[in-house]
Amino acid sequence: MMGNLAAWKKGVIDGIPIGLGYLSVSFSFGIIAATAGLHIIEAVMMSATNFTSAGQFAGVTLIASSALLMEMALTQFIINSRYFLMSAALSQKMDPKTSMVHRIIMAFGITDEVFGVSVAVKGKLNPYYTYGVMSVALPGWTLGTFLGAYSGDLLPPSIVSALSIALYGMLLAVILPPAKGNNILSALIIISMVGSWLFSQVPYLQNISSGVKIILLTFIIAGIAAALFPVKGEARNG
Amino acid sequence: MDRVYLYLLVMAVVTYLIRLLPLTLIRKEIKNTYIKSFLYYVPYVTLAVMVFPAILDSTASPISGLIGFLIAVIFAYSGASLFNVALIACLSVFIVERFI
Repeated sequence: MMGNLAAWKKGVIDGIPIGLGYLSVSFSFGIIAATAGLHIIEAVMMSATNFTSAGQFAGVTLIASSALLMEMALTQFIINSRYFLMSAALSQKMDPKTSMVHRIIMAFGITDEVFGVSVAVKGKLNPYYTYGVMSVALPGWTLGTFLGAYSGDLLPPSIVSALSIALYGMLLAVILPPAKGNNILSALIIISMVGSWLFSQVPYLQNISSGVKIILLTFIIAGIAAALFPVKGEARNG
Repeated sequence: MDRVYLYLLVMAVVTYLIRLLPLTLIRKEIKNTYIKSFLYYVPYVTLAVMVFPAILDSTASPISGLIGFLIAVIFAYSGASLFNVALIACLSVFIVERFI
């Protein structure tokens, strides 16, 4: 584990593509939130306190349709339940001695991308690395929301379109390098993508929300893989 | 106005609790091989499921999304840094969309 400052700096660098990607996604979110009737401050507050994309898009839709608070809670729970698994995976990536304060702060930053880079560091995770990533990603997310809600046509559509792929690109850069030369991981990634694609094509499966789809496929595929190919010891921990 | 903040509060609390509970409740290293292996595989499955096919709908056209995806896969697999993979994917989408 490197020093705290070095870890933080490394996190900031890895956080830059995340921040840029977030800027474009939250820009779209800001536009949608404003269109749905949210005030700029409300949209920005939502991004600053929720820090999640799919949940916020759904949240805006529910607010616009004056849904029940219970409905809102349930929807957020379903869409964001994948964070539960990510948080559990991170708990094993950290030094068990990591203090409660670090855990409480880090938990707020668990998004798909921040989790992705954090779980991919070599050896145990230094919380300062995740703070570094968060310190670029969260301002990017909040600023993009502000810009989108304030002025929907500030960025040309071609730039927004190009930036939108950044997050997917970096997620691929997280999962693919460890899969190189590892047949189990390679197969797992391909099966996961094919499974996900099937959910988008097959009637009935199509109607399942993306949050439920992610949880279902993760439990099934990772569950079977863990039974067939148990990971032994610390060897694979990095 | 106040009603919106009530929604925001519910959203933020539910989402934060989901993120907080495992990280604060699981403070020891899990010894059970099955659970350990399951958690080891979680990021690969979850992130792969999220990337594909959603990446095809992320850009202005599925073609630029597909090309961006293939280029990102090639560069990520050959060990390019996170930043470079993201950048190259963006550039390829930008360039492809000039021509379609």
